[in-house]
Amino acid sequence: MKAAPPVEAAPVEAPQIGAPQAAPPLFRYLLRLGDLSLVLGQRLGEWVGHAPVLEEDLGLANIALDLIGQARLLLAYAGEIEGRGRGEDDLAFLREHAEYLNPTLAEQPNGDFGETIVRQVLIDAFQLELYERLASSSDGRVAAIAAKAVKETRYHLRYSSGWLVRLGDGTAESRARVQAALERLWPYTGELCEEDELDREMAERGVAPRLAEVRDGWSRRIDEILAEARLERPRDRPRTWFGKRGEHSEHLGYMLAEMQYMQRAYPGAQW
Amino acid sequence: MDSTADDKREWPLFEIFIRARGGLDHKHVGSLHATDARMAIEHARDLYTRREEGVSIWAVRSVDIVASDPEDAESLFEPARDKIYRHPTFYQIPDEVKTL
Repeated sequence: MKAAPPVEAAPVEAPQIGAPQAAPPLFRYLLRLGDLSLVLGQRLGEWVGHAPVLEEDLGLANIALDLIGQARLLLAYAGEIEGRGRGEDDLAFLREHAEYLNPTLAEQPNGDFGETIVRQVLIDAFQLELYERLASSSDGRVAAIAAKAVKETRYHLRYSSGWLVRLGDGTAESRARVQAALERLWPYTGELCEEDELDREMAERGVAPRLAEVRDGWSRRIDEILAEARLERPRDRPRTWFGKRGEHSEHLGYMLAEMQYMQRAYPGAQW
Repeated sequence: MDSTADDKREWPLFEIFIRARGGLDHKHVGSLHATDARMAIEHARDLYTRREEGVSIWAVRSVDIVASDPEDAESLFEPARDKIYRHPTFYQIPDEVKTL
């Protein structure tokens, strides 16, 4: 038997696949918040140049920029907490899809304008309830970011709910389309306020609110908006995704491939 | 092309006025399309206050603005031309008055 050729390769560090469970809990929690804003902001950005009218093009882009601004603050802080020298750009552009911890709803494709609006209402109401409470977080930095974000989010919900009412209480066609979008997206909402160990730990440390509280506030807001829009609230169905733990739908990978292309092709590129 | 059908599809036009800060007048900044008053304010916010240009927005449906006819310009405006004494240039403005 011949001796095996000498192996020169240095021990390769196994790539981290999946959510880094060993990472500090606050780091993972910040990724949940930051990734939600980042992924939704990227989705809204896809409308730029394609919105039904120029005014909406700018309206959606403004919201996208607010969201990406929130993501920058949250991911920069996450990087500091992690303490491995990763900045906001490293976290945004160099993580795999399974390391993204946004709720799956955020990554759902834009569909038509009505479907984008439905997704936006569902998430705006959630972020509003969440940020209002995070503004009094025991973590001063989280509280400051939330206090800024809550003002932006109040406007986002005003914009999106206004549109949902127009479309829901509009023509037969617009009503049918947004009702169908609501049915399609509703199963993804279960995850938003479903508390797991990480949410519980954050709540016990006073960093985050109890998600049950957020759920009540969210549910009330959604009921009010749906009533005004004359839409029917779909029945709750068991979830099959859990993006908050890195278990995503197939859509996120494609979205990240486009979003991360430049940094992957030209590492460290700046503009 | 049937132009009346097109007109129906087009959202109504609004004229937008922005107050830059308290104490100043609302100034006309431009116009935009919106389906209703609420959307007009939101679009105005998104189009005309992105760089902190204002603290207050007025939106007026363009069709509600009554305008003078350019044909009438001669009779409306020229008679004022030789009335120089109507300009308050003969007054001393006190230093304390800033906003005149």
